[in-house]
Amino acid sequence: MILTVADLASGYGRIPILNGISFGVAEGECVGIWGHNGMGKTTLLTTLLGYQPATRGSITFAGDDVTRLATHSRARRGMGLVPQGRQIFPALTAAENLRMGSAVSGGHREGVIEEILELFPRLKPLLSRTGGLLSGGEQQLLALARCLCGRPKIMMLDEPTEGIQPSINEEIVETLIGLRSRTRLTLIVVEQRREFIAALSDRVLLMQKGEISAEVRPDELLKMDELY
Amino acid sequence: MMSAAKLVETKDLGIHFGGLQAVQGVNFSLNQGELRCLIGPNGAGKTTFFRLLTGVHKPSVGSVTINGTPIKGLQTHQIANLGVGIKTQIPSLFDNLTVRENLWLSARKRNAHAEADRIADEALETIKLAHAAKTEVAKLAHGQRQWVELGVVIAGHPKLILLDEPAAGMTGHERERTAELIRDINRTCAMIVVEHDMEFIKMIAKTVTVFNRGEVLMEDAVDKVLSDQRVKDVYLGKQTGGVTL
Repeated sequence: MILTVADLASGYGRIPILNGISFGVAEGECVGIWGHNGMGKTTLLTTLLGYQPATRGSITFAGDDVTRLATHSRARRGMGLVPQGRQIFPALTAAENLRMGSAVSGGHREGVIEEILELFPRLKPLLSRTGGLLSGGEQQLLALARCLCGRPKIMMLDEPTEGIQPSINEEIVETLIGLRSRTRLTLIVVEQRREFIAALSDRVLLMQKGEISAEVRPDELLKMDELY
Repeated sequence: MMSAAKLVETKDLGIHFGGLQAVQGVNFSLNQGELRCLIGPNGAGKTTFFRLLTGVHKPSVGSVTINGTPIKGLQTHQIANLGVGIKTQIPSLFDNLTVRENLWLSARKRNAHAEADRIADEALETIKLAHAAKTEVAKLAHGQRQWVELGVVIAGHPKLILLDEPAAGMTGHERERTAELIRDINRTCAMIVVEHDMEFIKMIAKTVTVFNRGEVLMEDAVDKVLSDQRVKDVYLGKQTGGVTL
């Protein structure tokens, strides 16, 4: 397992959000996390990345306990996040956003940005444009590319389809499937659109009230009624 | 001369931000009581178009007429007073107030105390949250919050409601109920709905206007739009208007 989460708890002030989450992710695997709003999906990701402190339990990444490490240390070890709402730097150009991404891994290895841009041809003519002037879809692609420029071992995506046009969602799925077939990039995808999550994931964890309530196959997720 | 039935009419509407032509040459009209869906790629100009209708942006060229009144020179609150309500994706509720208190405050803006009571109760019935009238908004699920946001808009008794991605982040059931709510509200009020979720569009739309690169690419019945090759090329991708990734 590249990531092992054991009995993880977290919350905001006195309000508990995660109540003992345990799961593992194998190297090269894509695990989907599906659940309604307010069930703790984003808090799970922010706790894994260290934005939100764990109040109980442990996070082991690539063999090391990272539970108490600062966010930047986790990022340098290879944990990457594509946050909800993209959160690109609006005043920086697309190229500068990518350079910020590559800086996360502690250096600017020659050719990384060019290599990543090959996966996102749509971004090539936009490199000198400031992030705030890009469309929502272009920003989402930039956020993905920025994360990949940091050379993550695991990439976590939080609601990547939110507010994005259908054809770019297809582009994102195709890019990620292509990437997974060529590298051993591990993915965790938090998403509410079942079709999107099913198209990408090897298995899907269902979250309810801060807990993993079940694990299903992607085809089972598509057939599920609204029980969850 | 504008037809009496037109609630919204734009003529050659355009706006640019520096060198970026965000909206250009848009001739759009909406009848009283009509429900129109707007779709198009991210950055196609849909949100800017909404902002032109509400007066947040002033057009570089062209005109907007709402219910017979040209809005040139009007402030946003004056345009709202023409009967334009908008629900964006930015939360506008008071979390520590109850559902009914939020609705009442909206109704009270233009009405006396007793009338605001009546309108708040009416809005509660419309959004089918009477059972949650005394619940603090902070305790509601995402879908319920969105319905209260809609309730706040309808408590202002608008003639036209602009909705920006009302189904975003909703579950299947919530989405169906939101579609039902939109159809209910549309019985008394015209609506323009921007949405990327094609399944949701099919639940509510009759006529769809497609924006691309700041212009209207096409406008037609929902089935024709979703099967149009140009719309697939610029927006839908390979899907055939069925599954939304």
